[in-house]
Amino acid sequence: MTRAFSGRPLADVTVEAAVAGELRADDVRIHPDTLREQAEVAAAAGDERLAANLRRAAELTALGDDDLLRIYGALRPGRATEEELAAVRDELAERGATQCAALVEEAIASYRRRGLTR
Amino acid sequence: MGGEPRNDGSRARSGRFAALDAAAVNQDGFLREEHAAGLVTMSSPADPEPSLRVEDGVVVELDGRPAAEFDVIDEFLAAHGIDLAVAAEAMALEPVQIARMLVDINVPREEVVRIARGLTPAALARAVALLRPAETVLALTKMRARRTPSNQAHVTNRLDDPLLIAADAATAVAFGFRELETTVPVLGDAPCNALAMLVGSQVAAAGALTQCSIEESQELLLGLRGLTTYAETISLYGTEQVFVDGDDTPFSKAFLASAYASRGLKLRVTSGAGAEVLMGAAEGCSMLYLEARCVKLAWAIGAQGVQNGAIEGINIAGALPRGMAEAVAENLMVMMCGLESCSGNDTLMSQSDVRRTAHVMPIFLAGSDFLFSGFGSVTAYDNMFGPSNFNGDDLDDYLVLQRDWGVDGGLRPVDEPELLDLRRRAATAVRDVLHHLGLASFDDARIEAVVGAHGSKDLEDLDPQIVVDAAQGIVERPVTAVEVVAALAATGHAAEAERVMAMLHQRLLGTYLQTAAVLDEEMNVLSARTDPNDYRGPGTGYQLAPARQAEIDGIRQARTRADLLGEFGRPLAGVEFRERGEAQPAADPREVAIGVSPSFAAEINWTLSGQSVWEALRQILAGIEEEECVGRVIKVRHTIDVGLIGLTAARLSGSGIGVGLQAKGTVLIHRRDLPPLANLELLSVAPVITAEMYRTVGQNAARHVKGAPLKPLRNPYTEETIGARYHASTVGLVAIERAASRPGAAPVDLEVVR
Repeated sequence: MTRAFSGRPLADVTVEAAVAGELRADDVRIHPDTLREQAEVAAAAGDERLAANLRRAAELTALGDDDLLRIYGALRPGRATEEELAAVRDELAERGATQCAALVEEAIASYRRRGLTR
Repeated sequence: MGGEPRNDGSRARSGRFAALDAAAVNQDGFLREEHAAGLVTMSSPADPEPSLRVEDGVVVELDGRPAAEFDVIDEFLAAHGIDLAVAAEAMALEPVQIARMLVDINVPREEVVRIARGLTPAALARAVALLRPAETVLALTKMRARRTPSNQAHVTNRLDDPLLIAADAATAVAFGFRELETTVPVLGDAPCNALAMLVGSQVAAAGALTQCSIEESQELLLGLRGLTTYAETISLYGTEQVFVDGDDTPFSKAFLASAYASRGLKLRVTSGAGAEVLMGAAEGCSMLYLEARCVKLAWAIGAQGVQNGAIEGINIAGALPRGMAEAVAENLMVMMCGLESCSGNDTLMSQSDVRRTAHVMPIFLAGSDFLFSGFGSVTAYDNMFGPSNFNGDDLDDYLVLQRDWGVDGGLRPVDEPELLDLRRRAATAVRDVLHHLGLASFDDARIEAVVGAHGSKDLEDLDPQIVVDAAQGIVERPVTAVEVVAALAATGHAAEAERVMAMLHQRLLGTYLQTAAVLDEEMNVLSARTDPNDYRGPGTGYQLAPARQAEIDGIRQARTRADLLGEFGRPLAGVEFRERGEAQPAADPREVAIGVSPSFAAEINWTLSGQSVWEALRQILAGIEEEECVGRVIKVRHTIDVGLIGLTAARLSGSGIGVGLQAKGTVLIHRRDLPPLANLELLSVAPVITAEMYRTVGQNAARHVKGAPLKPLRNPYTEETIGARYHASTVGLVAIERAASRPGAAPVDLEVVR
């Protein structure tokens, strides 16, 4: 049975619940398990890249909207110093987003070489 | 412009060339290739030779470039853009072998995808560049990810009027679009547009996906709030310089892709020829090669699909040789990598209707996951992306093209009263939501104006502050899709509330994150997983179901014979015709007999020119009388051929001269001693015969009797498409004549009673 990020069963995410003011943002957010299942579906169909993206996405469910916007901003060219990017990498790793952290680690090496850090 | 100078210095002009200069196509710009500037479509000397060197599982050379020289794109591609498990096998194939796999129906789509993922960008580009256009169409047919084709619409307006956005979103869905894309002339308005479109999109049917194309961070924010369901304008570029100028890197885009997915939002990226040239940093490479880098990058970051096919850059590609071929080759590369194709055709690429139509044909015939990455469903001036290659006023053209070719282009005919009702429901729903949430107020008069409007120019201007304030309220509160659901329910829009809630459910289910996913109107996910394209040659792949075939065939303009009978059989006022026994040969040498066809003034009372059959006959009789001859009307019943009708009349006529007149208006003059097909004068184009011409026919028939000089009488020349306009009616009218005719029945005299 599909659950929202909050754990609320999908069957309880209803118009009536919306009208009653019961639904919080996390009640209409996807659950990381759902994303991992979809990653398996993609992998089974042979698309390992889409699967990897969905696995990173599952990790990012642990982050708030503002965190997502902040980290995205830091990865844009010339926005962050190498140290700041390293801090982002460590933060991701600490929050269990190991594959996202690995992506940032790659970015750090690439940005250093191509002069894309601040 | 040729020719020797005249004495006054001017040059002689060819009238033919002057006319060609004025042709619409010559308002388009055309360029000669310049490799150094990247003004080249399919291949350039600067394109690298395909190469791949892997040491210990690490790519150390990619398309001629060693790792030490990798730019940020190479680096990402080297790490993620090549399936190293098949790379050795794939790179060992000659480009022509891969090209042949694309058109070989015995090589399944999945096998081509497997190989393509092991290719470098240069190898991918080389292969597709070898295809002829017809081969590309076959390859597109086989390679697209989803079996069922679909289509996407732009829905925008000059005023960012939320009621009009909603009404036009409902309109687009009624016509069959399954994805709707909006944008804004005023950035601050975006949240209001997104909300209006979300509501409007769920009025005509369930399940259309919506997006709002704006700056990356702000677009993400709208998605996080549930006000959009997918994102598309996540741009990728083929050179590092342009990528960085675009304020991103492959790494930031990869993170963004995961961020969208982390909130259950579908995402595709955008690329396409011309962007690098326009930014002056194409590095001398061909558009196709640079796009191959983008396509591989899209797969590498884990995007499920790509919008390409030149997009805005179509005007640069289109100015160059083979630009149209390059655009569809871009779509094909996307499909080869197993990704969803959202296939361009979304920027008006020519002032010429001929040329812009030709541009869409390969994708139109082959089908695609989305045939247009933005069919301008609104009228062109309201399209805030700029006019699309097809716009709202072209919808009937498109529906007719679907019917002409028996092709599912994703759209369907819409009934006008039904559409008005849908537009009213959509505008009212958004008005009520905005009012309920305390964001804005609109009166009933505004709703009614929106319902009937062709576009925003039919509306009174809107105080821009109203939209800005509403948008700001949405951001600051913040208003999410949950509040929209509650507001819809509270204001009596129960169906729309359920449908918007169903869209929220999709974000929890995540199945539409798979490649090429759309929702059908029963909320089934159709994707590369659930509805894979299984084309393997004739008789396989997507087939039109009988109901869908009937929908495509049933354009509102199509008529039945019964319709024609009603129209051309409208009763005549003030005149009657009575049959008076079998017609006998007459002796009066001044008599001209007028033979009329079997259904004349019976089943058919009106001619193709819009005159009544009586008006045509009256003019002929008057012309005969003016020349001091005598007219006599005979109903010919055994034949529907106007020549035989005229000859039959001539043989009964005292003078030997007869006129043949069909009910649809075709007329000729005949003589009793001539063979049936050798008439004296014929007006064959019934739709353009005037009353005056019928009178001249009468006069000339009489002058044939007298041996007097004839009045000039010519078939009127016209450059209009008389054939296309009237042949459908003609066929129907001929069938009615045929049914009314009685083989062997003798001609009868016809008395005109006034």
